[in-house]
Order: sequence, then structure tokens, then C-alpha cells
Amino acid sequence: MVAELNKIANEASAPAGTLVDVDSVTLQYKTSSLLVTATESVSFSVEQSDRFVLLGPSGCGKSTLLKAIGGYMKPTSGSIRVAGRPVVRPGADRMMVFQEFDQLPPWKTVLENVMFPLLATGRMRRREAEERARHYIDKVKLTRAIDSYPHTLSGGMKQRVAIARGMAMQPDVLLMDEPFAALDALTRRQMQDELLQLWDETRFTVIFVTHSIAEAIKISNRILLLSPHPGRVKAEVRNVDAAKSDTTEAAALEKRIHDLLFSEAVEEHSHVQG
Amino acid sequence: MSKVEFVMADESAAARSGQFGQVERQLGTVEMIWRVGAVRKTAIILVLAIAWQLYATYLNNPLLFPTLSDTFQALYRRTMDGTLPNRMWTTLKILLTGYAIGTILAAVLTVLAINTRIGTDFLETMTAMFNPLPAISLLPLALIWFGLGPASLVFVLIHSVLWAVALNTHTGFTSVSQTLRMVGANYELRGIPYVIKILIPAAFPSILTGLKIGWAFAWRTLIAAELVFGVSSGQGGLGWFIFENRNLLRIPDVFAGLLTVIIIGLFVENVIFQTIERRTIAKWGMKG
Repeated sequence: MVAELNKIANEASAPAGTLVDVDSVTLQYKTSSLLVTATESVSFSVEQSDRFVLLGPSGCGKSTLLKAIGGYMKPTSGSIRVAGRPVVRPGADRMMVFQEFDQLPPWKTVLENVMFPLLATGRMRRREAEERARHYIDKVKLTRAIDSYPHTLSGGMKQRVAIARGMAMQPDVLLMDEPFAALDALTRRQMQDELLQLWDETRFTVIFVTHSIAEAIKISNRILLLSPHPGRVKAEVRNVDAAKSDTTEAAALEKRIHDLLFSEAVEEHSHVQG
Repeated sequence: MSKVEFVMADESAAARSGQFGQVERQLGTVEMIWRVGAVRKTAIILVLAIAWQLYATYLNNPLLFPTLSDTFQALYRRTMDGTLPNRMWTTLKILLTGYAIGTILAAVLTVLAINTRIGTDFLETMTAMFNPLPAISLLPLALIWFGLGPASLVFVLIHSVLWAVALNTHTGFTSVSQTLRMVGANYELRGIPYVIKILIPAAFPSILTGLKIGWAFAWRTLIAAELVFGVSSGQGGLGWFIFENRNLLRIPDVFAGLLTVIIIGLFVENVIFQTIERRTIAKWGMKG
């Protein structure tokens, strides 16, 4: 089967079983002198167990969009619903994995870090939380480093802890904001493989932000392509899995996505000049 | 096109030549001992002590410059007769009172400052105004307001501790990374639990720096204040002990008092604070 590119505008309204529903969301933020529109009227929906990637060049508002789903930002217009509930503030039903390594409180060991949200939200007692944390730390293969403090871990290990922490909460959706962007190329590939393996085991729902086309194709089953300044939906790529078994097809898909994003950049450029 | 070729290194040849294998070598005993900082510093102190003893013996003028052995004798005598421990206790009691109240006030001010804009402005204005003002300069005023007693000293101490601790804690809070704040929000922490579980540990390096600076200010201020006036209800502190013995021309006792001040200062700065540091920010890898 061939991966298909659909213009999202032609889409019918979200079907039942939708987990995350983003409905014509416009996001604006203020700098000291400007009101910046990050995204304009963006709509998409994420189903249960989707590996949904937001892909676009810098300035397309993909990270801002993810933060809005996380509840860190209120849309100027439009609505975001997760599992039927409107998003009003950050919450542990939407666990974030950030790009920055300092997302792990340095004063807690690996085990304590994974237990932290379980205890802080009052979700579990210490005993239960420890059991759950150990299970997920084992899943990300960090049992050896379970009592280490974050500063002694490598970048890849830190991101694994963050993933284990997110998964241990068993959230409705895991929100990953370029989690592997600060890693070296070899580690990044390894982490992508491990993430897919984890997904195979637990089928969690994840929304993943990246600016790497190759990473998007590798991770996702669906990709939302965003164009920059302001961020608008350009297209949605579905059934990406179909392109994965065949390297030539993956390369073709990569080129097609690249052309789609790149042509926009040229247009923008000439527009600015004209 | 030709194929990619792998040429594997012949590891057995390297092993046979015997050139490899020595990754580590034991250092000599003397070199190893000399590498310990404490050993070098002790050596410096010993050299200075010997120089002191020799010079004072040569000078032979105990009124101006007593020998080290005289000083130690005085220290021993005044410790055994209970004078020095008593004075020490008086000083430390006042110091801890002032330090505790100052720190609590600093905590209240900083929590107000992170929660409200007017609180921030208040803290910034007050620290800008009072931080450059040496606390000891408030002593004459304090004596008029609170009289000749511990209350005046405590007032001056609070002033010396409060601004340093508040300023550093506030700086620490504001420089907690955006990511950690978002993590805290993600854990649904808000209000006081957020401050306790995220902000305070994340800002702990700055807080500890503030506490150290506050301690140093307080200690120096208190000894100075006790030199100006020290007796309250017949119980003077260490500063007063130094002043009193100078008036009586018991110079070895003056030196003994100074030595006690140094020892307490060193103990708090190098034992207490370093232990806290080792068990917290050093262990967490947060030491700058």
C-alpha cells in the first residue's frame, strides 16, 4: 500500500474514538514588542495508539502547538480536547518529554525521578509507585543505573528516564517535544528504535514533534505537515507504516515531504522579497 | 564499482610487542601525600606557627606579642575555668537567634516576591537600599531603640542576614529553568507544594550561597558589635572577652579570644556548610 497525502481541509469531522481533538486552534504569544501568531486555525485529531508526528521547519509553531495540548498555553481561538475533556491547564494525563536534559530534577535519583509524578499527583502510595517505577525503568533498560543521580547519566540515558517517567504515569497521551534532537546521531537512532519497541509492547498514544523528516517517517504512523509563518496545516500523511518496509519507498516519501515543505519556503522567500 | 573493504587491526601483534597494557601507574607515596590539599595547608600552618613562636621568643615582649605557647596556655586556662565556653555560648545564642529570625523573614519576603509583582519590587528596592549598608552602622540606632541588651544585637544581626539570604534565594528562584517549571506544572504541583518540591531544591545552590554569606556577615557583625558594647546582665560574648582582656593588658588572653573566633568561623564554614554542600548540591551535580 502507498502512503497517501490528504489535504486536511477536505476532511470530514473527527470520527468517534478520537483521543486528542484539536479544532481550528490559533495560538499567539507576545514578545516584548510583538504579537506573534504561532499557528493559525490548525485542526487535527489523534486516535488511540497513534504515533502522531508534528513536522515542519522552525517557525511553524509545532512546539507551541504541543505546549498548548500540554496546557501551558491558551489558544486565542479554537479548542483542544483530550479524552473528551477540554484542556485548561497542565496535567499528568498528558505527560511531557522535553528536549532539554535538565527536565530531570537533579536532586532525585533515577528511581525517585520516575516515582516523583506518581507521588506528587497523589496517584499512588510509595510502595506501589516504586513497583510501577521499577517496571518502567526496566523497560527502558536502566535498571543498572536505578540509584544514580541524573548528572552521572549520558544524554540518551536521561531521555530514557524522561520516557520511563512519562510512561509510568500511563497518561492518555505522551507529548514528546523533539526529545532526541540534542543527542548524537548514533544515540538518536538507537533511541528511535527503542521508542518503537516500547510502543510495540504497550501501544501508548504519542504526539511527537520533530523537524527531521527522516525521524518523522521512522517514528510515526501519521504525520501532520505544517508550513511556517504562521503555522498552518499543509497536509497530513497517513499510514506511514506502509512506506517503512521498503527503503526506496521511504526515500521517495522523504523526498516528497521535503519538496512539499521546501516549495513553501521558496514561496515565502519570494513573497518577502516582492 | 569495487566493494567496501574492511581491514581489521591485528591485535595480537600489538600485544606481542609488549608496548601496550600500562594504562595506570601507582604514584610515589610522597607525591600521593602531597596531592592532598589538607596536608599542604597543615604544612603551611605549621610553618607559620613555628615562625610565630620563634619571633615572639626573640621579641620577648609578652605585652605586645605573646608566644604561641603562651597563647595556647591562655586558651587552655580560660577554657578550663569556664570563661571561654561561657562567652562562646552567649555569642552563639544571640547569633543563632538573629540568624534564624533573619532567615525566616527572608523566606517570607521571597515567597511574597515570587508570587506577586509588588512583592518583587519591594524585595528588590529593599535589598538595593540595605545591602550596601553595613549592619554594624545600625548599632548606635539600635541601642537607642532597644537599649543595651541582646535585642539590639539581634536587630543588627537580622539586618545582616536578611538581605543576603533574600537576595540569593530570590535570584535562585528566578533562575530555575523554564523546563523544570513546566515539569512541576505537569506534575500538577501548585502553590506551596510547588515551592517546596520544585523551586527550593532547584534553587538550593543559590540558597546555600545566601546562607553562607549571611552567616559570614552575621559572625563578623556580631563580634564587632560585642567589641563596642558587650555586657548585658553581666554576660558578655567573645568580642567583649577580647575587649575586656585588652583593657586588663592580658594579651595572651586576647590572642586566645581571637583564636576562638577563628576556630568557630572555620568550623562553621568548613565543616558544617561543607557537609551540607557535600550531601546536597555536590551529590546532585549542581555545584557550579
